Amino acid sequence: MDGNATLPALAVERLSVALSGRTILDHVGFSLAPGSFCGLIGANGSGKTTLLRSILGLVTPSGGTIRCAGGKPGQAIGYVPQKIQFDPFMPLRARDVVGLGLDGHRFGIPLPNAARRARVAAMLAAVDAERFADQRVGDLSGGQQQRVMIAHALIRAPKLLLLDEPLANLDLRSIAEVVGLLHRLTEKQGITVLLSAHDMNPLLPVMDQIVYLAHGRAVSGTVADVVRGGVLSQLYGYHIDVIRVHGRVLVVAAGGVEAQDGSLLCDPVHVAPIP
Amino acid sequence: MFSSFMLNSWIVATIVAATAGLVGFFVVIRGASFAAHALPLSAFPGAAAAALLGVNEIAGLVGFAALGVLGINGFSRRGRPEVATALTLVLLLGVGTLLLSQSRDDAQLVYGLLFGQVLGVSRAEIVPIAALSAAASLATLMLLRPLLLSAVSPELAQARGVAPGRIDIAFLVIMALAETIALPVVGALLVFSLMVGPASAARNLTDRPWLGLALSVGLSVVTAWLAIALAYQTNWPIGFFVGGLGALAYAVGRAVRGAKS
Amino acid sequence: MVLSDFLSVLAGFWQNGPVQVALAVGGGAALVSAVVGVFTVLRGQAFAGHALADVSSAGGSASLLLGLRPLVGFFAMAALAAGGMEALGARAVRERDLVTGIVLGAGLGLTALFLYFDMTSTATTGAAVSVMFGSMFALAPGTVTLALGVAALALAASAALYRPLLLIALDPDLATIRGVRVRAVGFAHVVVLAMAVSLSAMTIGAILSTALLIGPAACGLRLARRTGTAIAIAAGLGLLATWGGIFLAYDSFYWTPGHGWPVSFFVVAIIVGAYALTGLRGRAG
Repeated sequence: MDGNATLPALAVERLSVALSGRTILDHVGFSLAPGSFCGLIGANGSGKTTLLRSILGLVTPSGGTIRCAGGKPGQAIGYVPQKIQFDPFMPLRARDVVGLGLDGHRFGIPLPNAARRARVAAMLAAVDAERFADQRVGDLSGGQQQRVMIAHALIRAPKLLLLDEPLANLDLRSIAEVVGLLHRLTEKQGITVLLSAHDMNPLLPVMDQIVYLAHGRAVSGTVADVVRGGVLSQLYGYHIDVIRVHGRVLVVAAGGVEAQDGSLLCDPVHVAPIP
Repeated sequence: MFSSFMLNSWIVATIVAATAGLVGFFVVIRGASFAAHALPLSAFPGAAAAALLGVNEIAGLVGFAALGVLGINGFSRRGRPEVATALTLVLLLGVGTLLLSQSRDDAQLVYGLLFGQVLGVSRAEIVPIAALSAAASLATLMLLRPLLLSAVSPELAQARGVAPGRIDIAFLVIMALAETIALPVVGALLVFSLMVGPASAARNLTDRPWLGLALSVGLSVVTAWLAIALAYQTNWPIGFFVGGLGALAYAVGRAVRGAKS
Repeated sequence: MVLSDFLSVLAGFWQNGPVQVALAVGGGAALVSAVVGVFTVLRGQAFAGHALADVSSAGGSASLLLGLRPLVGFFAMAALAAGGMEALGARAVRERDLVTGIVLGAGLGLTALFLYFDMTSTATTGAAVSVMFGSMFALAPGTVTLALGVAALALAASAALYRPLLLIALDPDLATIRGVRVRAVGFAHVVVLAMAVSLSAMTIGAILSTALLIGPAACGLRLARRTGTAIAIAAGLGLLATWGGIFLAYDSFYWTPGHGWPVSFFVVAIIVGAYALTGLRGRAG
């Protein structure tokens, strides 16, 4: 990818972040080619959310650079935060949430506007959310809410879309639907996607690139290059086995020994039925 | 200031302040400030009801405090807790305005109940106050660990067999008791200041929960004593000093905490 | 016969000077409180709203001492308290509630002091009751213009903050990356909240103004699917409760001669009754 002449959609170099004295990210570097679908994989607490928040400018890094094609985060980056808890009392329909993605930062009441309505309707159609567009978001299922939030993030046609654990708490069918939807959208609109997850398996069919985070450090490349015993053992600092069973990947620490920091070394272990 | 007439006031103030400090510690760590403010205000019309019906004032206050607990708990089941608290509060106060308008207008009485008065504690009143205070303290001490655990994490408490819902109700009852007895002295509006001010300072002065609890009780008693002494000297309302000293305690706690880190 | 009685009461009602002032000022207060209340409940600031109202009573009681217009006093103190809460600012909900409580305690302490001065220096023995429980029928006719002006200003500000407030309620991070200054918008909302509560404190009383702020908004949020509908329901209910309350209080002078029933009681009763009823119903459009 380094030999490619096109500018990367996102370039992160030697990024370090410390929060209240603790090092969360330690010289993390990777770059994403335009239009690629990248999985940001790591266990809970490995720094995935901090990395995404740094890219968005919500966290100030202690070192390193982040360059993003297109400029300011609000314009160029769409963002789906980690499990939004939709308040069941919030009087917003799915349609209104998508509308807020368009002009929620503006002052004043939104005036009736045919162009705005059409754009919201088109976006709802693109994420296949027309069926529940007029229900309260708080009443929707997890998969439906996720689709609404993706529409919210995409309505301003960003070049880069960041999603923080969008697949957590979804059932297997919704996971497949959301991944398929994201894949279709990126293919069609040429958006670059960076999606964080603790389980890489649902993403294997669509992932062009993987950024694997552990203990604040990262390796990146294609799945074939990165998800290997030798590479991950070096990243974790102890022996890791990568087992491929029925087209699924299991990352296992030898013997399930306990790590120095007390966490069990068998994360992320993925045992799930074959689709 | 220390005449035999005032002696009863000192005794009562010490009892209610110690109880307030004990219960207040949990008000602060459980984040129950709004309920702590709403309950005594909901209880306050009980005094007017008692005057109209010709029953004992404390009985009236306890009765309305019970209505407050029921209201907050009942409305909370179908809606946000803070909305439930707010609406219970205004409902009972609304009833209070009606009762006040129908009784003999006594502005001085209303003012005393809202903002507190030092004088006028008779020996006969000490017994019920001490009894209710003991009940509230005993209940707090018995529930000490469940209260702490469910404040840290409701899930954790549930895993240990403590139902968070029941603890919430139990704590509402404890707060209602502790505040009702303090109401005639400190006033309905400022009871909770005595609860949260010293307790918030205690929490910032130490990281050890049981030491914090002891500090909270101590600071609360000192606050009440100072407020009475100052009110006696200046003839200004005691509520003014309780509110001010509560804020001062919080400020000191925050400054100490800030200096540490 | 009952109808003709009712009509004659109604005729007197409309021609009564204090009633006309109460209808105008109370209506403005109800409208603003309902609109601001929807955002207040959404943002989980019911306690802050109640606290600002309570603290505003210090201003109300000081205005009696200083001879200021009550609304000016109520608002000055509420705005001061809003600034205090913002300065002591805390993120976590529990800590925020605690800060609110501390400011509330200090403010009510001042109310106690000012009311004491009111009662000792002047002969206004009813100060505590009128400041804390409202004085709907004792509003000076001169306040109508000022009160409606403040109401219009608060409504305009709410309209301006409408979308950013909703986006923040959805997720503060999303708002930040879109360039919304989350803290500034939050503070602006609290200032508008201070305007709303000082208006209703003047009419139905400082400690009862929470009824107009929280009750109609909570009903609207229960019934509506969209924010606009929630606000419309809240506004309608707020007006109904206030005007209905004024009428019933006026009429009550005939029920128990010598002792009229307080407006605040009726307003609160209508609102809480409506809230209880909406709990039984599903959602409308």
